[in-house]
Amino acid sequence: MCDAEVMIIKIGESENLTCGGVPMAENPGQAEGNPDQMHECLIGKRYVNADETIEVLCVKSGKGSLYYDGEELMTKDTKKLPSSD
Amino acid sequence: MNIALFLQMAAEACPDRRALTHNDRHYTYAELYAAAKRAAYHFSTANVQFVSLLDVSSPAVPIALMGAAMAGVPYVPLNYRLSEEQLTPLFERISPAYLIAGEGRHDYTFDGWIVQSAEDFLADSLNGEAMEVSWNEDPAAVAVQLFTSGTTGTPKAALLRHEHLVSYILGSVEFMGAMEEEAALVTVPPYHIAGISAVMSNIYACRQIVQLPNFDAAEWLRLCVNESVTSAFVVPTMLTRIIEELEHSTLDPRSLTSLQAIAYGGGKMPVPVIEKALQLFPEVNFTNAYGLTETSSTITLLAPEDHRAAIDHDDAAAHARLGSVGKPLPSVEIEIRDEDGKALGPWEAGEIYVRGPQVSGEYDGRSVLDTEGWFPTRDAGYLDDLGYLFLSGRADDVIVRGGENMSPGEIEDLLHQHPAILDAAAVGIPSEEWGEAVALAVVLARGQSISADEIKAHIREHLRSSRVPEVVHFTSELPYNETGKLLRRVVREWFKDEGH
Repeated sequence: MCDAEVMIIKIGESENLTCGGVPMAENPGQAEGNPDQMHECLIGKRYVNADETIEVLCVKSGKGSLYYDGEELMTKDTKKLPSSD
Repeated sequence: MNIALFLQMAAEACPDRRALTHNDRHYTYAELYAAAKRAAYHFSTANVQFVSLLDVSSPAVPIALMGAAMAGVPYVPLNYRLSEEQLTPLFERISPAYLIAGEGRHDYTFDGWIVQSAEDFLADSLNGEAMEVSWNEDPAAVAVQLFTSGTTGTPKAALLRHEHLVSYILGSVEFMGAMEEEAALVTVPPYHIAGISAVMSNIYACRQIVQLPNFDAAEWLRLCVNESVTSAFVVPTMLTRIIEELEHSTLDPRSLTSLQAIAYGGGKMPVPVIEKALQLFPEVNFTNAYGLTETSSTITLLAPEDHRAAIDHDDAAAHARLGSVGKPLPSVEIEIRDEDGKALGPWEAGEIYVRGPQVSGEYDGRSVLDTEGWFPTRDAGYLDDLGYLFLSGRADDVIVRGGENMSPGEIEDLLHQHPAILDAAAVGIPSEEWGEAVALAVVLARGQSISADEIKAHIREHLRSSRVPEVVHFTSELPYNETGKLLRRVVREWFKDEGH
């Protein structure tokens, strides 16, 4: 259905993180996603909720979009820095 | 949280992109990832405490770093310039290890160790069956252990945990932020923090790394042209030599058309050198980076815009910023404190303290962070009113003459601008009258002359009379380590019979 993988950078008390409407898990089974929650998540993007109680890094892209406690996560704007290495 | 994630993501997003070029051979991200997984298998089955590398840069460097992270074994690159006498105690501190060693150094036979030549290690990693490897995500596991250069006594083992390095990379590099054609020329040695961060940053940006193991200005310029290099990191002495090479060769700096960015750091950059570089490369973006081993590399940046403002405008404050190391990264805080630990305001000089998720501040398992997480850098400096950080040397280098603190940098900066003087170092020597007095070592510019009395008069004219040196010693060269840090301890030795 959706192959997305994320790494949690920080998370609040709730662990209600879903992708494409399906709870995210270490070893997920096959599940039918919610077609209304399929706006993709992209590798390398960081996703947060409005009050930034959760932040995740997408490490593998997928068709589903991320929701935390029912709220769709949005990409976090990061300041682009010049390369120093 | 594991730094191996950076390579996994790069191989997932752009498997066929060039990851590395070494001696004209190219490696893709897919190849590098497969090699690191095979290396991880060899490391995990070796039953060792550390993975170590004693060699110059080669493809073994990223493979060993990432392989060790996957295997959950700390990676310890060692300085290949050290003598056997200096290496022996370090070997004892990382025993037993899987050691990847360069030319003529792989005949060690230690109990429980695996010692392999870099060549054999590469052959084993690049060939063979595909391996599936899963790794530990413990953010507190040690990823890298670096022995500090030990300019003062026994080398300390600085520990960098996965959480520090991951915080640094996620906080400063955009994933796949590089275009396909970008290539970074990496000349810093693998045992230096800049060598570690170069591997991680460029992999996460999916930017090709072009390795130049032994710096040589002519070869550096040749690679820039031949490999269409777009960015490079240099230490101050390298930039000085590149400028000299350009002045004496027929190569027009404008023929380096691919070069877009040069970052520099690792030691104090003399203002005249960076001014000259800005003139020679008007199209290049220059970035000054200041960081320490204990802070997972860069903590402050002087951005390209700041460099341009410094030369474009007649604004003295903007121009002075060419001598600064810039502003802290978004996730880093800087505070200047006096000897009693009191926070100081703008323009007040003291010791630089730093705090942030990338700051480890830990040696051999002993943290030197204070209760609020601040790391004392032992570097001295001050902030200006816009928050730009200026360095004035190591806190230990401050010369205290008759109760007055002075930074050697103040005297050296003045002399660097004198046409007859190529380089200068000021150190404190014991003085019965003043506690400490200033001693000065000077290198004359080619074909120039100036007397000790003329130097003293010049300092008296531009700085306070307390800055005038008691002794002036002329020399052909000042002692620097390989990353461009002035070895003041050695300079102080020259004057050991001069104190009174």
